[in-house]
Amino acid sequence: MDLVAAIGLQLAYVIANLALISLGLAIIFGMMRVINLAHGEFLMLGGYTVVVATNAGVNIWVAMLIVAPLVVGIIGVIVERLLIRWLYGRMVDTLLATWGLSLLLVGLVTSIFGASTATTVAPPLGAIRIGSYSASGYELFLILITLVLLVLVWLTLRFTKLGLLARGTMQNAQMASSLGVSTSRIYMITFGLGAAVSGLAGALLAPMTGVLPTIGATYIAKAFITVISGGSAILAGTATGSVLLGGLNGIFTFIAGSTFGEIALLLAAILLLRLMPRGITGRFFRKSL
Amino acid sequence: MNSGMLRQMRPTFFYALLGLVFMFVAPQVLQLFTIINLTTAIALAVLALSLALIWGYGGILCFGQVAFFGLGAYVYTISAINFGGSTWAIVMAVLVTSAFAAALGYFIFFGRVSDVYLGVITLTVTLIFFSLIRRTSGPEYKIGNALLGGFNGVSSPPINLPWNTSQFLFPEHVFYVAMAALIICYVFAGWLVNTKFGRVCVAIRENELRAELLGYDSRLYKLGIFTIGAGIAAIGGVLFCNGVGRITPDVFNLYNAALTIIWVIVGGRGTLIGPIGATFALFYLTSALGGQSVLNNNLVLGAILIVFVLLVPKGVAPTVIDWVNARRKTAPVRVRRRRGARAEGTE
Repeated sequence: MDLVAAIGLQLAYVIANLALISLGLAIIFGMMRVINLAHGEFLMLGGYTVVVATNAGVNIWVAMLIVAPLVVGIIGVIVERLLIRWLYGRMVDTLLATWGLSLLLVGLVTSIFGASTATTVAPPLGAIRIGSYSASGYELFLILITLVLLVLVWLTLRFTKLGLLARGTMQNAQMASSLGVSTSRIYMITFGLGAAVSGLAGALLAPMTGVLPTIGATYIAKAFITVISGGSAILAGTATGSVLLGGLNGIFTFIAGSTFGEIALLLAAILLLRLMPRGITGRFFRKSL
Repeated sequence: MNSGMLRQMRPTFFYALLGLVFMFVAPQVLQLFTIINLTTAIALAVLALSLALIWGYGGILCFGQVAFFGLGAYVYTISAINFGGSTWAIVMAVLVTSAFAAALGYFIFFGRVSDVYLGVITLTVTLIFFSLIRRTSGPEYKIGNALLGGFNGVSSPPINLPWNTSQFLFPEHVFYVAMAALIICYVFAGWLVNTKFGRVCVAIRENELRAELLGYDSRLYKLGIFTIGAGIAAIGGVLFCNGVGRITPDVFNLYNAALTIIWVIVGGRGTLIGPIGATFALFYLTSALGGQSVLNNNLVLGAILIVFVLLVPKGVAPTVIDWVNARRKTAPVRVRRRRGARAEGTE
């Protein structure tokens, strides 16, 4: 029984981790049809913000939950104004420009902080015990906060004025703008919010992984697979994508080691795209958010 | 090959001839160190050529061309260690890589994955290779006699003469092999885009629906050019691991994947010589940047990519060609106008 609970927790953590790193990307992709290749670098910037803020004496919880999303969100807005808004409707060019941005940010952070790891922050929660097994309290916290984050995004989209305008713009940008919605402002806010969520995710993961200028590359592949397998619905897509792929990854990791876990994840994603080219939510749950 | 095609390919032969001259003159005037460096640049130019073919002519936005390049290098190294000779290892590298590309391409093209997703999927495959091979550092990860070596990679046996497996080529001879391979691949690609197959590929790039309505199965053509491109990239990989002497998982990293895209963007989509030229230019730029510490390589390449996407989206070679053509067209017109003006004046 304890073993089942421990494995279940581990599985839940893999899934939550996947959902956490993909959510920011899913928001930007689902709302704006912009594939942000600098997504990994937004996560990286979140991590660096936490390290810099805690070194400056800020409480780690404040640094993770408030400062990091704020800083990365502002960076996101600046990026949208300077770069992305010239390229709406040109998906390939956006892809290339954000890739350039990703290299630029890696280069910038390397020049400022150096190529090796900056001072890391320790996970602020100790271990908890499940019978004869022990699990990390911080992993449990990450699972909970991922759930909270998903619910928050759902509430924002479903019940606020901003969410309504954003959904309208997503469905038909021309119609929305003829009804007096400033779509350009909505895009700016959406991109900023997506960046802020990415920054928060990067900040939350920083104590687990440490921070490096190139750490974005380790996130980005998994985030893309999850979002594309999930399809264009932001929440349902992220949730189904991470449950399916994270679950497979977790199970195969348990059976045959982490290398096979990654292989299983990739093969599952490629097979899934052959069967459902528009992702899970392109076939099922079409009306969902 | 009919005369029309020969006329079309005249620029291709011209650049190939320039390459031949360079191939025989360079070792006489340049130092051995420069020649060894050039071999690496040539290998990368073959990679750029393969992407120029499938992206510029096939319209396939492949962000993971470097995966085929690296896979070719790994297959060559592993088979050369196991076979004890390089000839069949080269054949293996091209065949295995093409087969892998065909399998991946089957899922992508027959799943009708659109171009943007395609870029992301191929990039993801590359990154997964990167993280997988990095983990293979233990002694249990071996194929035949070849240890995969994880992060440190495998040292590649040099190319030997086809009829004598103990007669290895020296670095200065590998240069000749590399240059010859680049020229052959270039002429082959130049020929391919002028065949019926190549023209259908261009038609599909321009308007996939219209090409399909004319009766061409776009999935098959895309798969074909994708597989051929992967084979050419594998040749580049074989040359690369010969030039460097070993192959490490770093070949699959995000930086190298981006670099390949940047060569083609800077050189220009829709030409073959542009990306090759851009590869050499950027190779020397990044080498020069490596010597100083003020500007980071990533920073400069990122800035180049953003500037080109925003300001010179066509790339250097097509912009220059357009400019030259525009001058050619306007020059006689201007003369005629001037004459006309004079005639009006006298009346």
